[in-house]
Amino acid sequence: MKTLLILGAGTGGTMVANKMVHELDSREWEIIIVDRDETHYYQPGLLFIPFGIYNPRDVEKPKRDFIPLNVKLILSDIELIEPEKNRVLLSRDKQVINYDYLVIATGSHIHPKETEGLLDGGGWRKNIFDFYSPDGAAELARYLKFWKGGRMVVNVSEMPIKCPVAPLEFLFLADWFFHERGIRDQVEIVYATPLDGAFTKPRAAEVLGGMLEKKGISLEPNFNIGEVDNKKNTIRSWDEREIPYDLLISIPTNMGAEVIKRSGLGDELNFVPIDKHTLQSSAWENIWVIGDAGNAPTSKAGSVAHFMLDVLIDNMLRHMEGLEPLAEFDGHANCFIESGFEQGILIDFNYDVEPLPGKYPLPGLGPFSLLKESPANHWGKMMFRWMYWNILLKGGEMPFESQMTMAGKWQ
Amino acid sequence: MTQDILDTVAFDDDGFMEDAAAWTEEIAQAIAEALEVNLSDRHWDVIKFARQEFETQGEPPTLRLITQQTEVSMKEMYQLFPGGPAKITANIAGLKKPTGCI
Repeated sequence: MKTLLILGAGTGGTMVANKMVHELDSREWEIIIVDRDETHYYQPGLLFIPFGIYNPRDVEKPKRDFIPLNVKLILSDIELIEPEKNRVLLSRDKQVINYDYLVIATGSHIHPKETEGLLDGGGWRKNIFDFYSPDGAAELARYLKFWKGGRMVVNVSEMPIKCPVAPLEFLFLADWFFHERGIRDQVEIVYATPLDGAFTKPRAAEVLGGMLEKKGISLEPNFNIGEVDNKKNTIRSWDEREIPYDLLISIPTNMGAEVIKRSGLGDELNFVPIDKHTLQSSAWENIWVIGDAGNAPTSKAGSVAHFMLDVLIDNMLRHMEGLEPLAEFDGHANCFIESGFEQGILIDFNYDVEPLPGKYPLPGLGPFSLLKESPANHWGKMMFRWMYWNILLKGGEMPFESQMTMAGKWQ
Repeated sequence: MTQDILDTVAFDDDGFMEDAAAWTEEIAQAIAEALEVNLSDRHWDVIKFARQEFETQGEPPTLRLITQQTEVSMKEMYQLFPGGPAKITANIAGLKKPTGCI
């Protein structure tokens, strides 16, 4: 028997398990998936929790429900990956798993410890919150419900972060939420970002920056946080700029899993170096990486993991047959951006083409407006949760192509 | 003097050298002067690390990597190269613009 071992049962790992179970002959292959947590979180939904739009339980389901019956799920921490021995050591019962092929899908997580004074200065979860963790989002919801207003600062510690549009969506939804609560005039909203504009790519930065302005949200670009001063309720940049806050919403440094670092497989942020077009590990040819865990220069997001999926599966199958992998992944990313007041924006881009305006064709449902607010984009986003649980995770056919298309885009 | 040296070098639209292999220490000196950076030994430690990293990895190093692999702290990087340490380091080291983030 040969073994395909998948590390991580989040969006990427779960999709790989569901696809591979149909591709590999169960008389020849055993598929094992390891994860430390039994709950699957619909991570795009965390954004809605602080504003009471979703409850925490709206974004949780048991991981086991999405793993095929003939895939073995082991709930355990991962101690060490030993690629030279083709084996992985688990914490639980000190199990050792030998593999023929390894898929790393261990994702990325927030590390507030990386910023001085953020986690340990006294303000964490008092007037400093994150919304990238389920408990952070839930505690922020409780806080915002009765907040009387003041100066709210949203700060990104450093790039790259998972879902780079989420901070903007948070700002737009906050503006809407405070309007609904009738306290918008009591709240000053500030966005402090290490980027030189609202977003990474010029045309989207212009549109999104214009929206911030229209909503009365002030932008502090090129702000690289050095520390949080909990006594003065101020964030300070490395070049000594200061921004005072009453309420700080932090998007802390994002890093890959600790086990990647322990195993000597990561870069300076514990992301695994890969070939950005084939998704094969740069160092080991029987190791493949999907989603946030790799260092491909594209967005860290579920939509990207989904667009990687078919390329990754094809390339692994080719490799098993002794064929060269195909350089087919183009960095395709696709995001619905909630903009408040039941409106949304859709952006679609890849390694080479930045988000452009136009129409996104989608049989049966679309077209959706690109880089422009519309109610359809909002409903697209809200409908996506159903598609995620019922189609995407199970490896079903989604009405999106892996490679980006220029159809409908205005250049 | 500075301008004479810079005139001999091909830069891209963002002001980064088109050919990293054409870089010399004199060019670095000239770019630094144009950016009003006064190069000390500490600057050179960083610049040399960036060159060496680019030779092996093909990409200019991130700020985090520089502070992990050299003696220079984050705080000092902002003092040495005010405004955008990773970008300015790459610029003076004759490397392409760091892709940064997406």
